[in-house]
Amino acid sequence: MSRSRMFFRVLLRPLIVRRGSSAIAVLAVVVAATAATAMLTLFTDVQAKLRGDFRGYGANLIITSKADATLPADALHKVDAQLGASESAAPFGYVIAKANGQAVVVGGLDVQRTRKIDPFWMVGSWPEHGKALLGSRAAKQFGKGDLSLEFRGKRITVRQAGILLTGSTEDSRIYMPLEDFTAWTGLGADTIEIAADRKPQDVSALVNSLASALPGAYVRPIKQITEAEAKVFGKARSTLLIAVIIIIVISALCVLATLTSSVLDRRKDFAVMKALGASPQLASALFACEATLLGAAGAVLGFCLGIAVAFLIGRLNFQAVVLPQWDVFPMVLVGSIALTILAALIPMALLSQTQPAVILKGE
Amino acid sequence: MAAVAITLGVAVATATIAIATDIGDKVSEELRSFGANISVVPQEDTLDLNVGGVNIKPASEGAYLNEAELPKIKGIFWRNNIRGFAPFLSTSVQARSGAESRNVELIGTYFAKQLRYGKDEFVEGVTKTSPWWKVQGEWPADDSQRVLVGARLAQGLNVKPGDALTVAGRQLTVAGVLRTGAGEEDAVVGPLTLAQDIAGKPGVVRSILVSAVTKPEDAFARTDPRTLKGPAYDRWYCSPYALSIAHQIEEVIPNAHAEQIRRVAQNEGKVLNRIKGLMLLITIAALCAAALAVSAAMATAIMERRTEVGLMKAMGADNSSVAALFMTEAGVLATIGGVVGFALGGVLAAQIGRSIFNSSISLQPVLFPIVLAVAFLVTYGGSIASIRRAVRLDPAHVLRGSQ
Repeated sequence: MSRSRMFFRVLLRPLIVRRGSSAIAVLAVVVAATAATAMLTLFTDVQAKLRGDFRGYGANLIITSKADATLPADALHKVDAQLGASESAAPFGYVIAKANGQAVVVGGLDVQRTRKIDPFWMVGSWPEHGKALLGSRAAKQFGKGDLSLEFRGKRITVRQAGILLTGSTEDSRIYMPLEDFTAWTGLGADTIEIAADRKPQDVSALVNSLASALPGAYVRPIKQITEAEAKVFGKARSTLLIAVIIIIVISALCVLATLTSSVLDRRKDFAVMKALGASPQLASALFACEATLLGAAGAVLGFCLGIAVAFLIGRLNFQAVVLPQWDVFPMVLVGSIALTILAALIPMALLSQTQPAVILKGE
Repeated sequence: MAAVAITLGVAVATATIAIATDIGDKVSEELRSFGANISVVPQEDTLDLNVGGVNIKPASEGAYLNEAELPKIKGIFWRNNIRGFAPFLSTSVQARSGAESRNVELIGTYFAKQLRYGKDEFVEGVTKTSPWWKVQGEWPADDSQRVLVGARLAQGLNVKPGDALTVAGRQLTVAGVLRTGAGEEDAVVGPLTLAQDIAGKPGVVRSILVSAVTKPEDAFARTDPRTLKGPAYDRWYCSPYALSIAHQIEEVIPNAHAEQIRRVAQNEGKVLNRIKGLMLLITIAALCAAALAVSAAMATAIMERRTEVGLMKAMGADNSSVAALFMTEAGVLATIGGVVGFALGGVLAAQIGRSIFNSSISLQPVLFPIVLAVAFLVTYGGSIASIRRAVRLDPAHVLRGSQ
């Protein structure tokens, strides 16, 4: 029998003969790898999901035209071209007009886009052509009838569609579809609100590129939203990170403890090898190879299970699909193998100082 | 080693449970950095003429709230949930510096004003309600003739902190340049008393913004309090919903209409529940990991003592006394590990709380029995299989050293 065949025989046979303890060792690695995979996958994915939740606060960027002008007609196209699928923009135009003889801010809006960007607006029914949406305070002021609006001598009469409640300045305004607004006042949009769903540094980059695409406008982040978002997000992220680290560390310790004692159990095998003439290096290499095999098997199984666990947690908490993060796999694989080798080599180092005879006599 | 594993496991379990139970409060507190969630305006007010954050309604028009009533906000049922409030009164003025002159809005407010209600003293103002306001220079005192100038206006007027600024014919000093990312950047922001003086409206404010820690809105929160009777009304009144806090503010400030600011208030519940749910699931995962760690440690600890079991049995001990021995040992380990782990976990949680939220996470004493029960459950759960294997060992085989 050649040397290498002998090596593999000695390496593989114990795994089969001692099925019980091999299974326990693999199980320990699987548990740790599952925990690590699930936590790392979630941690990567959760950040994107949480950022999505913060978009419920509405726009985080605003583009306004410079004094007494409207934005160029193609401004919205230019903005749309720079936004991703999960991001949205909505144009608004504002004038101060007279409604039934009283000064009021009248706004033009794009119904579909506004609904998307301002989910917190409580609206009875959105205005269609020829109708207007009244802020709750404006509605109290003007009653239920048709409204006659006047701007720079141009008059228009609109029917009321519904009432808008936001608890903020919008409550004092009257909104109508942007096409009606432009047809009546002759003015286009002067404000574009943008809900950008990206990391803070990417938001700053977007501000810069929008500013260079629209030289005639101010582009600025709405600090109230961006700063608070960064703060809350940072805290949530750190809490998660700490919890994830704690879980990974404790599962690693658990693996280390289990494997170390299972290797110690086999001190007799080690002593026999040495008594038969194996060098301590060869014996250690044998145990290290065994550990690598167990570690790799555990990592693969654990990675699959971990993806399943992450998927389950995503379904439960986010009602969304958490996709496998493949770049987690090398980390888990290397971590598991390193852990198992460490668990095998620590007892080996202790044992190699002992005479085989002492171990075999059972003292 | 088993004792160490149990202690460690219990410590991790305690810390994550403590964090999970407290995370809701902590995140609610952090969510206040989104600013005020309740606005208070006079009931009979005329409409705001506010475009792009700049108010152009004349100060002489519309209704007002009485400034003297403000401290009463700290006297409502949910006063401890009020994290801050700031009054506002704005008026159009002419601001002049050297040759440059602009018609701008002067916003009067509190920066950090010392107020009293009954025996309580507290500090209120925009520094509390709007943490995103950034001042280059310094904040003016609330009784000074010093003002903040919005960043864009400061650029237009070419003024910097320390410069003189003439506002409505008065000689004022620029204390700092204000960046807010909104309409205030085109305005002058000064102490409330100064704005009242200039507008000729002593002792009044136009609106109040209130920042309160609230409970996420549910269907019950949206019911009209006027339709509720008896216990249902009490329950609504005594829940810290934004709507019920607004209702209580209307009760103490005459002629006020308080409304939740939906942009801020509506999303809080969603973000809060999301983070809470996530922590709950992570806690369960941490508990499972801790349980497995303890089980593994117990199992190895018992298997290492095979020869001891063999010897005991060879000398005449029966299965039940061997089992009883191990069970008692596991019990002692669980108790010690539980108590030490609980203390360690408390320290860990407090440390995490301080490093992330700058406030300690308090360990509820009520958690102790729960944690101890978990320690017992996990220790016995982990050792039962190993104890059964130990009890079944054949003493002859064990003592000879074969399997």
